[in-house]
Amino acid sequence: MLAIDSLRVAYGQSEVLHGINIDVAPGEILAIMGRNGMGKTTLMKALMGIAKSTAGAIRLDGSDIAGLRSHERVARGVGYVPQGRMIFPTMSVEENIQTGLTVTGEKDVPCDIYELFPVLLEMKRRKGGNLSGGQQQQLAIARALACRPKVLLLDEPTEGIQPSIILEMARTLKKIRDQRSLSIIVSEQVLSFALDIADRVLVLENGEVVHAEDRASVDEAKVASFLSV
Amino acid sequence: MFGDYTLGQLGSIFVMQGFAGLILFSVFLLMALGLAIIFGQMGVINMAHGEFMILGAYMTYLTSKLFEAWAPGLLAGYFFFAMILAFLASAALGALVEWALISRLYKRPLDTMLATWGLSLMLQQVYRSVFGAREVGVDLPPWMLGSWQATDSIEIPINGMFVMALTLLITIGVAILMYKSRWGQQVRAVVQNRVMAGAVGINTERVDRATFALGCGIAGVAGSAFTMVGSTGPTAGQLYIVDSFLVVVFGGAQSLIGTIASAFTISQSRSTLEFFTSGSMAQVATLIGVVIILMIRPQGLFATKVRR
Repeated sequence: MLAIDSLRVAYGQSEVLHGINIDVAPGEILAIMGRNGMGKTTLMKALMGIAKSTAGAIRLDGSDIAGLRSHERVARGVGYVPQGRMIFPTMSVEENIQTGLTVTGEKDVPCDIYELFPVLLEMKRRKGGNLSGGQQQQLAIARALACRPKVLLLDEPTEGIQPSIILEMARTLKKIRDQRSLSIIVSEQVLSFALDIADRVLVLENGEVVHAEDRASVDEAKVASFLSV
Repeated sequence: MFGDYTLGQLGSIFVMQGFAGLILFSVFLLMALGLAIIFGQMGVINMAHGEFMILGAYMTYLTSKLFEAWAPGLLAGYFFFAMILAFLASAALGALVEWALISRLYKRPLDTMLATWGLSLMLQQVYRSVFGAREVGVDLPPWMLGSWQATDSIEIPINGMFVMALTLLITIGVAILMYKSRWGQQVRAVVQNRVMAGAVGINTERVDRATFALGCGIAGVAGSAFTMVGSTGPTAGQLYIVDSFLVVVFGGAQSLIGTIASAFTISQSRSTLEFFTSGSMAQVATLIGVVIILMIRPQGLFATKVRR
């Protein structure tokens, strides 16, 4: 589905990602773990075309999207839920989701999105900025799903969200994967959440993949040791 | 200053000055709308906005001359053609400027001020070379001349009413475009978070160009309206640009209602005070008022409150 091939990303002179190779299978949930500053968010931004990659390829269904701009990547089927959610604060919930419809050309929010997140239907006239953190996170996911992605990128979705909502989010994400058979890449620091949803866990350290393991055989203590400070 | 007039006279003065203020309000509002759209969208302070307005004014002048020479029978309706032409000309120049100049400076917002200021000087010289340094005026079609005698002492000019109706229509049109259309939705998304707008699939560059063109086009229409109340010269735009900025800041950028309210307040206080004191005193008093209010409410009159 998505193949990242020796991807390098640099901010100015300093290289942050030193040749990342990742393959994501259709319908797979991949968790990318790592401490702060190890390159998780940069990787997400590079996949989305927000950070410029200096070398390497990002192949979606075989065609390279590394040179495309963000909106063109969305049209090819990449959905993005950024760190900090970044919903449009002064637009209504409904309008926020509709912005995701730009590439599909649909007018109204598909009802399956409201089925996934009933709370958004209740609040569809409310301004996005007045929602709670957990609701904003759901809104950001709904907005990304509106563009019918083949790959969904989530950057630290549990950040600043209360534990009960985190559990619910894990369930929702698995449901989304099962319903739409899309691939999900989630960057995460919370090990329990990652183990809860992922099919495969990958550890990023200093801009390189240092560890990769299937969920079934994962050595929790080892992954945890990568995350401890 | 009120002592020399009877109560009835004062009433008439306020109504008529209020109405004169409404024409000023129309020009301010159209100018500020364009500025606010562009500033809100791209953070670009368009110092050449006055020149886009004057381009519209010159287009109106040209149209009136063309109609006089080639179709005198249609002269009564030339103004509508002039407005459309003014909009198209200013919007086209706006799109060109965005492509050639502004789009290369998005990472350096302060430099866009300098660049657009330079552009404004260049345009002024172009106008001077093409149309001459002398101010030109348009001949109003007969049906727009004269005034409506409301009471013995109150007269309201017809062209003024026309300009206001036009402004109202354009403002409503812009409001619908920004708040009801899908395009407006995309514009607002880009305004709030450019990077994220791109990441949900909005082509931000195309939105930018269209927005800049729209803002400039509205300035062109403002220029069209301006020909009815003032004479057009190469530097006439300079007289309005500062006030228009004032309107945008005072109203709170990004708020359409705020822009309307602030254009109204500023033009009315200017116009009413102008009658009783001199023009510059009115300007000073208005400025002081605006400064005091901005000290109390730095975000402007109307700013939306949300969690960020």
